[in-house]
Amino acid sequence: MKELLLGKLDGNALPHEWFTIAGSISFILLVIITALIITRLKRWKWLWNDWLTSVDPKKIGIMYFFVSGFMLIRGGLDAIMLWLQQALSSGSSQGYLSADHYQQIFTAHGNIMVFFVAMGFIFGLINYIVPLQIGARDLASPFLNTLGFWLFVAGVVMVNMFFLFGGEYAATGWLAVAPLSGKEFSPGVGVDYWIWSLQISGIGTTLGAINFIMTILKMRAPGMTLWKMPMFTWGSLCSMIMAVTVFPLLTATLFLVFFDRYLGTHFFTTLGGGDPMMYTNLIWMWGHPEVYILMLPAFGVFSEVVSTFSRKAIASYTSNVLGMIGVSVLALSVWLHHFFTMGAGANVNAFFGVMTMIIAIPTSVLVFTWIATMYKGRIRFDTPMLWFLGFVVIFAIGGIAGVMLAVPPVDFQLHNSLFLVAHFHSMVIGGVLFGIFCAITYWFPKFTGLKLNERIGRYAFWCWMIGFCMSFIPMYILGMLGATRRLDHYDASTGWQPFFVLMLIGGIIIAIGVALQLAQILASFIQKNRLRDTTGDPWNGRTLEWATASPPQFYNFTVIPHITTRDAFWEKKHHKLPKPAYEDIHMPKNTAAGIYISIFAFLVGFGFVWEIIWLVAVSIIGIIVVFVVRGFNEHPEYTITAAEVQQLEETRARKDLAVSRPEKHDDTDEDMGLWQLIGIVFGFAKDVIRNKRWRKW
Amino acid sequence: MSKINKKKHSPGGLLLLILLGLASFGLLLAFLLRGKNVALFNPKGLIAQAQLDLMLLTIIVLLVIALPTLFLVFFIAWKYRESNQKTIHHSGTRHSKLLDLSMWSIPTAFMLVLAVIMWSATHRLVPQKTIAADAKPIRIQVVSMRWKWLFIYPDYNIATVNFVQVPLDTPVQFDLTADEAPMSSFWIPNLGGQLYSMTGHVNRLNLIADTPGDYPGSSAEINGAGFSGMKFTARASNMDDFYRWVQEVKQSPEVLDTATYDGVLEPSENNSVAVYSAYTKGLYDRVLTKYAGSHTQRPAIYEAKH
Ligand code: HEM
Ligand SMILES: [Cu+2]
Repeated sequence: MKELLLGKLDGNALPHEWFTIAGSISFILLVIITALIITRLKRWKWLWNDWLTSVDPKKIGIMYFFVSGFMLIRGGLDAIMLWLQQALSSGSSQGYLSADHYQQIFTAHGNIMVFFVAMGFIFGLINYIVPLQIGARDLASPFLNTLGFWLFVAGVVMVNMFFLFGGEYAATGWLAVAPLSGKEFSPGVGVDYWIWSLQISGIGTTLGAINFIMTILKMRAPGMTLWKMPMFTWGSLCSMIMAVTVFPLLTATLFLVFFDRYLGTHFFTTLGGGDPMMYTNLIWMWGHPEVYILMLPAFGVFSEVVSTFSRKAIASYTSNVLGMIGVSVLALSVWLHHFFTMGAGANVNAFFGVMTMIIAIPTSVLVFTWIATMYKGRIRFDTPMLWFLGFVVIFAIGGIAGVMLAVPPVDFQLHNSLFLVAHFHSMVIGGVLFGIFCAITYWFPKFTGLKLNERIGRYAFWCWMIGFCMSFIPMYILGMLGATRRLDHYDASTGWQPFFVLMLIGGIIIAIGVALQLAQILASFIQKNRLRDTTGDPWNGRTLEWATASPPQFYNFTVIPHITTRDAFWEKKHHKLPKPAYEDIHMPKNTAAGIYISIFAFLVGFGFVWEIIWLVAVSIIGIIVVFVVRGFNEHPEYTITAAEVQQLEETRARKDLAVSRPEKHDDTDEDMGLWQLIGIVFGFAKDVIRNKRWRKW
Repeated sequence: MSKINKKKHSPGGLLLLILLGLASFGLLLAFLLRGKNVALFNPKGLIAQAQLDLMLLTIIVLLVIALPTLFLVFFIAWKYRESNQKTIHHSGTRHSKLLDLSMWSIPTAFMLVLAVIMWSATHRLVPQKTIAADAKPIRIQVVSMRWKWLFIYPDYNIATVNFVQVPLDTPVQFDLTADEAPMSSFWIPNLGGQLYSMTGHVNRLNLIADTPGDYPGSSAEINGAGFSGMKFTARASNMDDFYRWVQEVKQSPEVLDTATYDGVLEPSENNSVAVYSAYTKGLYDRVLTKYAGSHTQRPAIYEAKH
């Protein structure tokens, strides 16, 4: 009876180790405190109506940023824990983590950083920026978009759920190599959490990608041909097409792992005719393109930023676009370079080696187009440009390492060593994450109407740069010393410890960088009068998103523009804009269906993890019911009449005018420095304590 | 914005600072590297040496394109900075066919060079290939288990755990497989690159040593809780010492019969060295056939030997 009701779930599943207890307490406290604050501020309705159920891609984009920013800190904490263990655990010292626990942490770290930080930020950016760049008011299917976002959130919750129930995550590495991930070697629920976290968020990714491809192909403003699209939109399009191509493969592979574990099939097991090598192939056929799915939008960001801050159109637009297309096509044909060491023959290895080298060609072309764009430009070095320059250095190092790894006999020595780990962190941090930071600083005025504080931004950048070099140069060297990845302990005689200690110090510097980024945002809001952007175009931008107000109206464009040239907005700026003729606007209505479906999807996964069959059945029925009800809803759209639009626009203009006259006393003449910020924060805290201000809360 | 530009350090000062920082970090690293076994730069055999040479060649070719490119990025960024009044700034872009052409052809040329180097090296250094040498190759069968390495010497009827000794200048054929273990990767960086060991499958790795010494070996692929402790020592010695060692092992009271084997097969961590004076005939084949009906494939060279 109990088994029928609760499956495998019992008292043992409740947290009883220090880390699950700590995790659970933080998890629960976080929920309670957030709920209390919202209740206190009476914001539930606002939160539900204005944000959670919103189908506005701009709001969904911001929600992606919040979730991913939070997960960046969560995954970063994992990283520090890993580095601390490695710095301590030499010779007779075993460090403070067990091997099993250590392995769970690096698995979770990898999953979180790739799926819930990098992917989340990229999707957030695409959500916010692409519709603006192509002159669209919303997406091809706003519903699919919220559904994708909420499935992503369900994945995030699932990846953290092991704290509360079960106490273990997968200890298999971020791709859960077979046969290690089979029931035979990993009997616990860790791998099941891994499966369902990726499965649910992966399906969300596929849906989101389909939606964005349709949006980019079908909803561009009149006159914007494909060859007039901005670079970021191109990067996003390539990325999303790759996602649609390979994510179904991930879904299928995960199902096969699931069948092996639940039904006792033998797809990837050692016995019974299973073939673990098949798994290695399948997962990398998805896994390699995945890293480029992250990279391509970041390439687009850098193209936009270089062009804007050089005040020139991108040089060799065609080469740049062909470069991105080339990368995405080739990326589908190089997966085997991840396992040259599995014993394939020389021809197979050499073929995939050549393919990998070919992919370095369009990648270099992109770099050359950026150089050509800067050539004879008028370059300004605001923080987005700093992130770009930092990216170039780290990306070059990582690229060199990558091509070395693409030479099979060299890879035999470097594979699975810390050198490889340093390679992909160069690419993912220096490339993807710096791209994301670059994008966020660049578009922050669009998101909020405020420019970010430049000074603290610079400090943050330098912390990231210095911290990165401090951690990852020693990591490359450790690879040369013969250190393999994922070690929770090593002999003192190896002499590796000082390098691991340097890595830890570097990690702490990076953590300070993250803290500074948060401080940067805080400082910008404190100085909002000074940093306010009322023009909608603080950088002298070139693309359409800058033609809107900052932040844009929920319908993006009062009048859909007609596009005649590539840098659409740049050209427009130099002509007089005609007075807008207001027209009726149709917008999609909010919907909570995405939330409900995702809750049910989460429960399906949770039910499977614990083998609670009734829960799975009920939840699947739930999903179907929500879909059907949603399908019968005949009025998913509503109309804002021309008169209402006019009124909205005029209110907005009045508001902008009011704030564009800053109150002088609040305005200092420079971006606030760090000490000043600390002073203000302390002053505020002192004021609160001295005057017992909390009583009023 | 202009204010920040004015206040900024001159690029020269910044550059100096960066170079100083890098130089001192480099010195620190060099200091820490003193007397360490930088395995990849410390090859003790033909294969490791060839792989190191190839790696260095690759790095050089890559640096030849990467360094000028990096320099160009920073030089152009500096030269065309807004505050530089002395250069011409253009806001338009003239389209240049020549530029496009060179953008594509320069990296293509470099990658072509590398691809040619890589293609031949990959064939030359294919791990399955027997190394040409005067001495007759020695065969060692390797079974990865949770979490230890079992070495079987079919030519001498002895077996060892977590220790393998090989004679100098003699090609060694490691026939890698696994028993009741996830995929592992057999790696002795001082002697050469790694290869996976998998159940029901023989992967042959050919290595050779040319300097006497003890070289660390491990599993490079994660395979469960005992992963970090799955280490072994590879000792290279001259022929006489090798035979002396074989004789020593033959004196061992321990024999690897089926029961002992099953004991060894039990998962265990941080195992110490064990030696067996003999083993039950056909042990290795039994390990393989246990997984028959799976995807068992033996390389042609393996069939030929049996
Ligand atoms: C010049 C372009 C690149 C080349 C030639 C290259 C080459 C390689 C090779 C050969 C490997 C496999 C090495 C091994 O396992 O032994 C590898 C691993 C990897 N690369 Fe790259 N790469 C490039 C760019 C990138 C980019 C742009 C990213 C990410 C944004 C990336 C992320 C990764 C990751 C995550 C792994 C390994 C993951 C793992 O084993 O867990 N690479 N790369
Ligand atoms: Cu790859």
